[in-house]
Amino acid sequence: MAAQPPVANAAAGAPWAPPTAVPVAAPSKPAWERLLPAIGPIILFIVWDLTVRLGLIRPILLPPPADTVATLITGLAGGPLLFDFFVTVWRTLQAFLIAAVVGMPLGVILGSNERAYRSVEFLIDFFRSTPSSALIPLFLMIFGVSDINKVAIAAFGAFLIVVFNSAYGVINARKQRVMAARVMGASRSQIFRDVLVWESLQPSFVGLRSAISMALVIVIVAEMFIGSESGLGHRIINSQQVMNVRDMYASILAAGVLGYALNVLFLVIDRRIIHWSGR
Amino acid sequence: MSSVVNAPVFAEVPAAPFRPGPAGTHITIRGLTKYFAGWPLYENFDLDIPKHKIVSVFGPNGCGKSTLINMIAGLVPIDAGEILFDGKSLKDTRIGYVFQNYREAMFPWMRTIDNIAYPLKLAGKSKADVDRRVEELVASFDVRFDLRRFPYELSGGQQQTASIMRALAPEPEVLFLDEPFSALDYEMTLFIREKLQEVFIQTGTTMLLVSHDLEEAVYLADEILLLTKRPTRIAEILPYGDARPRTVETLSEPGFIATRKRSLEIFQREVRR
Repeated sequence: MAAQPPVANAAAGAPWAPPTAVPVAAPSKPAWERLLPAIGPIILFIVWDLTVRLGLIRPILLPPPADTVATLITGLAGGPLLFDFFVTVWRTLQAFLIAAVVGMPLGVILGSNERAYRSVEFLIDFFRSTPSSALIPLFLMIFGVSDINKVAIAAFGAFLIVVFNSAYGVINARKQRVMAARVMGASRSQIFRDVLVWESLQPSFVGLRSAISMALVIVIVAEMFIGSESGLGHRIINSQQVMNVRDMYASILAAGVLGYALNVLFLVIDRRIIHWSGR
Repeated sequence: MSSVVNAPVFAEVPAAPFRPGPAGTHITIRGLTKYFAGWPLYENFDLDIPKHKIVSVFGPNGCGKSTLINMIAGLVPIDAGEILFDGKSLKDTRIGYVFQNYREAMFPWMRTIDNIAYPLKLAGKSKADVDRRVEELVASFDVRFDLRRFPYELSGGQQQTASIMRALAPEPEVLFLDEPFSALDYEMTLFIREKLQEVFIQTGTTMLLVSHDLEEAVYLADEILLLTKRPTRIAEILPYGDARPRTVETLSEPGFIATRKRSLEIFQREVRR
């Protein structure tokens, strides 16, 4: 509860007392402050609801929020949306795992040999800067309209991010820790194993987190292409084509839930494994 | 024609013979040359560092105090010259090094106790030996904090204590200390200074201490190595022989005051030069 304004005292007719603003107990966060993050979504929900109720946008383009959320929940509670949701999750995870398993060791090795990294730096930077979605048609030509195509293109985009971050993690390793190990008599391979790999973990995890977001983006885009039969991307474009807006909005929200959950999951894992980060 | 046909065009110049230092020398530095950004930092620099002594290195800013001990410790490559430890090369010498910035010297992914044991494990010691040595260090440093914590969970003084323990773990022949107190508060500085002196009295490990605090430099030293501005030469080597253990009282004794005053005079002369 917020501190009572002194005016309240006067109104009650009590004799004036100096305001006791300073709490006796250790100040604890008021309960309402913990609700602050909920305010934004609630406002959005209300504005959305009012827009529909006042008929500012035709209901064929924007369904009422309550209906949309209900569609999302029933869909995820065992409806066909759940199936598409899991298909997208599975493709994203496959792409991510390929990128991580190949990219992290490669990045660490490249980073520990700066000459090797400099020689491929331009390639990595160039393709990292190229929107991976621009390569989808190319990958379609190579892999055909298959599941492999979607996983491959997503893995490619995520892979470059992982390599880049892991390599820079090693290159920018605290020089003093490397010196400390060397002065204690560590060999090159011991320095690599005991210092460089550890030092690179934190930036590598930053890379992994961006990589899984990238994988999700590309998977969803790839699923929108002709020939897809499943996945959230397919569902979104399909329901748009048949003007099933309720389902479209629910699928978009489902994609958002997925992206957000993956991000939070990675932050938690990151804090668990790299307990020293930022200290 | 009296000229010599096919006269030699090249005469072999004999290499200067190695001049050993006086008896009791531990580290012999001969002809040390180091260029920094195209300018000589050290040129043909000779120095003898005595065994079982503490030598404090003091000099003007940018004269390369830390570079000097880093070159001796093999952390900075030298351009020319020779550095020998009792006639051996660095490769065959056990050394310990204490960095100024303990935060970036410890490995935060290891518990403090594993940090201390790390050089012993590198040396291939058995688990029993490692445990015994760590036990010994804990006893001699009178450690009152929990070594199973991670380094970042300790205070600055505790971290620096741990990093000194790590440096001393393999019983080094030479201990290098690069401004070990400058990131610590006064209380911790006093504590660690006493610990270092205790360790020195017990083991007689040769120590090389870089310091920017003259009081600290003189207090611990048997010899104060005063350097000139670059290109760096030896301005003077002052002996300081007050008995150990030195205490807070030492700081007001005439021998200490005179040595500090003399060091300051030389330092100021070199700064103004």
